[in-house]
Amino acid sequence: MEKMARVTTALGGNALTGRTMFCHLDAPANAISVCRDAAQVVVAGRNIFKIYSIEEDQFVEKLNLRVGRKPSLNFSCADVVWHQMDENLLATAATNGVVVTWNLGKPSRNKQDQLFTEHKRTVNKVCFHPTEVYMLLSGSQDGYMKCFDLRKKDSVSTFSGQSESVRDVQFSIRDYFTFAATFENGNVQLWDIRRPDRYERMFTAHNGPVFCCDWHPEDRGWLATGGRDKMVKVWDMNTTRAKEIYCVQTIASVARVKWRPECKHHIATCSMMVDHNIYVWDVRRPFIPSAMFEEHKDVTTGIVWRHLHDPYFLLSGSKDSTLYQHIFKDASQPIDRANPEGLCYSLYGDLAFAAKESLISSDSNRKPYIGDRRHPIFFKRKLDPTEQFEYISSSSALSVFETDVESGSMDWFVHTAKQYALAGRPLAELCDHNAKVAKGLDRNQVAQTWTMLRIIYSSLGAVSSANLNHSMGKGSTALPLMNSFNLKDIPSGLGSESRLDRSKGESRAENILMDSSSTLINNEDNEETEGSDVPADYLLGDVEADEDDLYMMDHENPHAEEQEYSLPQEAFPLRHEIVDNPSALDHLQDKADSPHVSGNEAETVSLTPVESFSLISISHSLYENRLPSDFFNPIVRDTLLFYAEQGDVQTAVSVLIVLGDRIRKEIDEQIQEHWYTSYIDLLQRFQLWNISNEVIKLSTCRAINCLNQASTTLHVNCSNCKRPMSNRGWICDRCRQCASMCAVCPHGGKGLFVRGGCPPSPGVFQRWFLYPPDKTPHFHPNETTLAWLHHTYPTLPPPQRPRAAAGVHPPPRGGPVLPRPLVARHAQPGHQRLHLHLPGVEPGRTRTCRHRRGCGEGVPGRHLRLLPPPGKGSARGRPLSYWCRDQEPDDVLVFTGLFPPPWIKVVVLP
Amino acid sequence: GRLEAVTQQMGYHPQYLDSFLKTQHYLMHMDGPLPFDCRHYIAIMAAARHQCRYLVNLHVLQFLRAGGDPQWLRGLDFIPPKLRNLNEINKILAHRPWLITKEHIEKLLKISEWSWSLAELVHAVVLLAHCHALTSFVFGCGCEQDEGPGGRGLLKPLSPGNQCFCEATAGNGCSQELLRINRKRSLDSCMELDSLRERMQRIHVETEGREEMRLLQQDREEGEGQEAEVGVQDGTEHRSDLSVGLSHLADTDGEVTSATNLACYMQDPDFGYQDFARRDEDQTQVFRVQDYSWEDHGFSLVNRLYSDIGHLLDEKFRMVDGLQSSAMAKRQGCEPSVFKRGIWNYIHCMFGIRYDDYDYAEVNQLLERMLKVYIKTVTCYPEKTNSEMFDRFWKQFKHSEKVHVNLLILEARMQAELLYALQAITQYMI
Repeated sequence: MEKMARVTTALGGNALTGRTMFCHLDAPANAISVCRDAAQVVVAGRNIFKIYSIEEDQFVEKLNLRVGRKPSLNFSCADVVWHQMDENLLATAATNGVVVTWNLGKPSRNKQDQLFTEHKRTVNKVCFHPTEVYMLLSGSQDGYMKCFDLRKKDSVSTFSGQSESVRDVQFSIRDYFTFAATFENGNVQLWDIRRPDRYERMFTAHNGPVFCCDWHPEDRGWLATGGRDKMVKVWDMNTTRAKEIYCVQTIASVARVKWRPECKHHIATCSMMVDHNIYVWDVRRPFIPSAMFEEHKDVTTGIVWRHLHDPYFLLSGSKDSTLYQHIFKDASQPIDRANPEGLCYSLYGDLAFAAKESLISSDSNRKPYIGDRRHPIFFKRKLDPTEQFEYISSSSALSVFETDVESGSMDWFVHTAKQYALAGRPLAELCDHNAKVAKGLDRNQVAQTWTMLRIIYSSLGAVSSANLNHSMGKGSTALPLMNSFNLKDIPSGLGSESRLDRSKGESRAENILMDSSSTLINNEDNEETEGSDVPADYLLGDVEADEDDLYMMDHENPHAEEQEYSLPQEAFPLRHEIVDNPSALDHLQDKADSPHVSGNEAETVSLTPVESFSLISISHSLYENRLPSDFFNPIVRDTLLFYAEQGDVQTAVSVLIVLGDRIRKEIDEQIQEHWYTSYIDLLQRFQLWNISNEVIKLSTCRAINCLNQASTTLHVNCSNCKRPMSNRGWICDRCRQCASMCAVCPHGGKGLFVRGGCPPSPGVFQRWFLYPPDKTPHFHPNETTLAWLHHTYPTLPPPQRPRAAAGVHPPPRGGPVLPRPLVARHAQPGHQRLHLHLPGVEPGRTRTCRHRRGCGEGVPGRHLRLLPPPGKGSARGRPLSYWCRDQEPDDVLVFTGLFPPPWIKVVVLP
Repeated sequence: GRLEAVTQQMGYHPQYLDSFLKTQHYLMHMDGPLPFDCRHYIAIMAAARHQCRYLVNLHVLQFLRAGGDPQWLRGLDFIPPKLRNLNEINKILAHRPWLITKEHIEKLLKISEWSWSLAELVHAVVLLAHCHALTSFVFGCGCEQDEGPGGRGLLKPLSPGNQCFCEATAGNGCSQELLRINRKRSLDSCMELDSLRERMQRIHVETEGREEMRLLQQDREEGEGQEAEVGVQDGTEHRSDLSVGLSHLADTDGEVTSATNLACYMQDPDFGYQDFARRDEDQTQVFRVQDYSWEDHGFSLVNRLYSDIGHLLDEKFRMVDGLQSSAMAKRQGCEPSVFKRGIWNYIHCMFGIRYDDYDYAEVNQLLERMLKVYIKTVTCYPEKTNSEMFDRFWKQFKHSEKVHVNLLILEARMQAELLYALQAITQYMI
């Protein structure tokens, strides 16, 4: 490196000076290169090949190398390089595939020296050896790289990349024999110049062509590559596998990369398309360029640092036919214009936001953050002395937004999920039950919905008989019409239902006000409402005193009252119009201006505050007209859509399940599936495994239904050698041992391991601990079954102890008794264990095992059976198929803390 | 599973087919800046430039299915000005792509009520180029013509399906059996579209009536064609005079229908290809690939404005380059790559795209006259391709090889159009 040292001293005595300047070229440039003395630059393109000297404040044309009346294609240059040791030596790569060398020392006008016409396609790149005067390397579109000795007529060696076009070749600066080549297919190859037969190593650097590469001038191992995928990557080549250490994402394909001298982490890039700027990046800060030169009007085609050891002068040539010298102090620094911000969520849902102090308006409401004192809040960055930019000391503000525990509570969700009844009873009962649940949780709107569903879908006769008495015609003053319609429900529940997008975030009390005013506005547009004969007064008259506060508005504005009560029409909007005045309906539909986002026709109708009829009259007519129950389907569908849109997918799914086929066909299959998955996801987040299982089971969507049948295979690792066990679940092929030991007895075993259970090896007791149906066992997740049995179980007061059930279980002939998945759950260290929760066990019942191999039929003692889910039949090819089916859900139990929960049912038989 | 004529032909090169269908599907049915009906209408406009009834019919059905306004099918005078403005570059790209300039682009993008966005324009340009090139393939492989007389064996056309090719390919083998069934079924599958047809009928009962007749006739005729095909497979060339006569009748009839049908999608129908070389030789006008290539420039631009299409097109170009053709090349007495490059560069040369590193004398050595005539016809005026030309072109070559040549034409032509259009857009953006 003697030579380098000399250059440095030369520089020291003769520092570069200059300013940002440019000159017009006659034609677009394709490439530029500087002479080693940093005083001259050569520009080459299709129609230009000139040498300029770089003066103090201008470029001066020194020499035009493009001579002759009609220059041949040999002058059309794709690339040019100036030898870094010999000032007279230049090489160009011609677009027609010729490699030309030029000797400026020639006395004649034509300086052309040698012509190598060996490449068949365009030569993309030429490169001189950094220390060897006569060695020239070329890379071509035809996929070959050739090494030329300038003293000879032909190439000395040819390297075949065995792949597509070569886009760039670069001699390593430090390794005498090494060069890198980049390819159009994204690969980078490293070659030893002495071994043309094959490359030393190859790796895929980019997705799509790698247009350029550059070795780091100081660090021998670093290679920067730029590709069409808009990335600049820095590779550490010292390791056996090239390791990507930095990656910069630019905004356009990268045409050239050049390490900045004297700055270890800086690299200059320019693009081939669209983006005309030159960027200098600090590779450690890949998101924002540290400097930017914006002078060019068309794409920059060549960039080169003026001097090997001077980081402040950059030359560039462009398709806009200009040659520029950029001075670093004139560069624009995007960082100055950026507003640094940071945003992060904490483990507990708190949100922290940091920004420049000047950007955050001082808010007196903010309280100082009393954060976790264990960690320092302030960090000071140690300044890197080699850094070129000084970091402006800045102050920033950090805001922490804490979650409001109250508002974020989802207790209602959990309670609702647990208490809802979804199947197993008549529809009316289910609806009533669910309405009660919802009401108990102060969710009046939902309660109302359930009640309405009950009225719509349960048998007409039952309802109407109750309603008949209260029909309006009889002038009855008894207000509560149907089971759980009472006035309190109506305004608050429906009020919030109709808020829609007008007041999404408002609390319920506000909604009522909002609503009445908003509907009032609608109402004023619509004369027909005014004229309609509304029994609102009548309703109001019966309101008890304590409900008056809900209607404060109403008293002041008699019209608003109508709206309050007009809203119940949502569920029964068409009744009178259809019967009495069908033409008016069309008219209204046209007029209606629904605020609803997904307003389809039905919704539009339901929202029009036009028909103000009381519930009483509706129920009355319901009876009289005997509408088919599916008459209301569109409205129910809209209700569900509304709930789902509001984020209450629970209600939507529950109604869907309860109504089953009555409504299923009305709603798009995919939407249903979407609801189901959302709801199941929510349930599982709250660890409501049982309920999510129930929902899965009850769902009518095939996609949901089969969730339970997925992932039933579990892979087992040997507990001794930790290797996966292949074919048999109980003996490891490698260590020839039984993979797992029984938790209770000292023997190894195979088969099921459940809490307290041990493998059904002959004569060993199997013990089951049955909790009463209403109790969920709590097991410590980090405690083994055995530990539970030995430590926890004896300490439990006898009433709390689970019922122990034991039985001798002789294994059936041949093979494991119980499906392997369960084994694995237990056998794998750190795995969640199988928790048997046995609600509604009826141990008295006996089922006959119809299994062809039998499972100890007739043998006294408890038998454990695993059953596939009812109706699913036996899962073919799975261990489950060994087991008998049982269609009756009551005596079957399951439950597991597993995810996804396999639908395996365990029956305990006496 | 209905096998589509184009799919069927491309099926000789399954890897290519795969990537072609991906592109087609992405262009027509996936996320993109243009609404679906517009896409199909643009495809109609593009195919109409070459009087490709086959593609027009295909896209008319799809256009209606995508909810397009049936009024538009009455012709260019009935479409929104925005779409109509595209007609200019459609015309240029179809016939003389070298004439496209940044002024054309500017005009389309100029802010007005009917202005295009850059992304929409790029989508439209890719669509146009895709459909123009596909037209060449359709004519080149004889998917367009009705049964021609004699000897073309497998080159049997099917009436355009009611589905896009990309939709109809689930798990199809190219088995003859399936084909036959499909042909029998083609009438039935037309029935599915009755509702669409009714809508069409409402607009122009008269033309539609003729179309219906034609389709029926075509189907009937295909049935006969099938028997004829069996005859050919038996190795005996005898066909009943009757069927030949019939097919001739159908041919002429079809011609007339197509002429009346498609003229409405065209303006300036006389604008056609003109030899690039015959223009006054001006060096600066020549498009130099070294200055603007697909790999370096076109890809980045198109991918930027219409994400991912670049990768799909790139894959397609690579795929066609990678197709095995050694047998074909050996017969010509040269390396496969040389042969392919010869065809490719010859096609580009017809559009004025030159490669610095190619010696164009090679073309004359590699490609015999008949082949050159064929390539030129299919590339520049595909509508003039006739069966004689098809028969005389390269008798010694296998069918799959002929398809291969047609694929080369398709891709080269598409790339040529894209290069010109994208260069104009690049110049506009500067």
